[in-house]
Amino acid sequence: MLLEVKNLRAGYGPTQVLFGLDFAVAEGGVTALLGANGAGKTTTLRAVSGLVRPEGEVLLSGQRIAGLMTESIARLGVAHVPDGRGTFMELTVEENFRLGAYTRRDPDVAADFARMWEWFPRLKQRWRQQAGTLSGGEQQMLAIARALLLRPKLLLLDEPSFGLAPLIVRDIFAILRRIREESGVGILLVEQNANLALDLADHAYLLETGRIVMSGPAAEIRQDEAIRRSYLGY
Amino acid sequence: MEAFLLQLTACIATGGIYASVALAIVMIYQATHHVNFAQGEMATLSTFIALTMIQAGLPYWVAFAGTLVVSFVMGALVERLIMRPVQHAPILTHVGVYIGMLLIIGNLTGWVFGYTIQMFPSPFEGGGPMLGGLFSAHQLGSVAVTLAVLILVYLFFTKTSLGLAMRAAAYNPRSARLVGIRVDVMLALGWGLAAAIGSVAGMMVAPIVFLDPNMMLGILLYAFAGALLGGIDNPPGAVMGGFLVGVLENLAGAYIVGTDLKLTVALVIIIGVLVLKPSGLFGRVVFTRV
Repeated sequence: MLLEVKNLRAGYGPTQVLFGLDFAVAEGGVTALLGANGAGKTTTLRAVSGLVRPEGEVLLSGQRIAGLMTESIARLGVAHVPDGRGTFMELTVEENFRLGAYTRRDPDVAADFARMWEWFPRLKQRWRQQAGTLSGGEQQMLAIARALLLRPKLLLLDEPSFGLAPLIVRDIFAILRRIREESGVGILLVEQNANLALDLADHAYLLETGRIVMSGPAAEIRQDEAIRRSYLGY
Repeated sequence: MEAFLLQLTACIATGGIYASVALAIVMIYQATHHVNFAQGEMATLSTFIALTMIQAGLPYWVAFAGTLVVSFVMGALVERLIMRPVQHAPILTHVGVYIGMLLIIGNLTGWVFGYTIQMFPSPFEGGGPMLGGLFSAHQLGSVAVTLAVLILVYLFFTKTSLGLAMRAAAYNPRSARLVGIRVDVMLALGWGLAAAIGSVAGMMVAPIVFLDPNMMLGILLYAFAGALLGGIDNPPGAVMGGFLVGVLENLAGAYIVGTDLKLTVALVIIIGVLVLKPSGLFGRVVFTRV
């Protein structure tokens, strides 16, 4: 397993949000976390990348990462695209790219830049533009590119569809599918749009107020009428 | 005409001093988004340390380099020991800490090195008046040093990945950590660099205004005006602003308001910029699409 999480608990000060989650992401697999607002999806991602302090076990390729600093977890190969995207608005697209590859000293960085241009041609057109002037869709693409430039083993994606027009969302998920096939990175995906998420994922977990209430292969969860009605709402 | 030209060259020399202190202010601003009021006092302390090394018999440029190193360490330590504990405190706490440091470092300098006004040597002596007698060797030399520092800082921030990481850490600490940047190290580096740049300003100004514990008090105000005028987030802009303030201050002092009201010029510039063009002349207006 690429990521194994056991009995994960986390919260903000006195407010506990997660009450013992167990889940996993397979090597090169896509795992989706589904659930309503306030279920704890964003907090789960933050606990994995160390932005909030987790209790319990978080294992990345068998190595314990719970309790490490965010920057150390990033260096171990976890790239988090947080809610609000986390691009550097004041800097140019080029500088955002360079920062994405900041920890890397290998000679493949230039090749990876070219790869990102292939996946996201719009970003190449905006190369010297300040990131804050990009459209919402372009910013999301930049956020994903920036994260991939870390050459992560695991990509944490927080609501890549948030605030975007349906056509743009379709584009982004098409690119994610391509990234999944061509790069072999494992993805932990948080998404409100269950339909989209289950299309991309091979495994899914349903969160309700900080607990996992259901899990299984994405295809099965898609089929299950009862789950769809009660948890996914469509 | 001769008098006017002399005024103008004096302007450029003092402007160079304002420019380098303004640069130090902008450096801290780039790294922390705060303005360190104690920047001038830290520079004065550095200059006294330089003087001590020179009096101990070290050659000027060895003392110069040594002072850069000591100042860098001093700046980084201030960040570690004083600023780190109040990192997440509200902005007023920071302002309080800066004012406290201004008083403490200023008085510490006086207590250790005394309040008598001292001569400080210039490395550019002996050339005599240059360019038709308009510039002294020290004026030309200090302008050259200021420009060299500026170019180095500019290259550092735009061309090196460490400089880029420092800017990223200031703009968006959370995202910086997510790409693996050690934000706390960047902050300490920023403070260290700013203190080193401030020490250069101190060593360049001391031969002109003489060295005493309050040497930088007025200069800091002019430098702040220069930094604002040029754009508080723009190192080259701050240097331009520093030179401009030097020119405005000297010309206004000589021909309009008289020397007694010179400091007013700086205050008028500060208020004028804040009211009319808060991003400064060369500052970047940051666009955010919502």
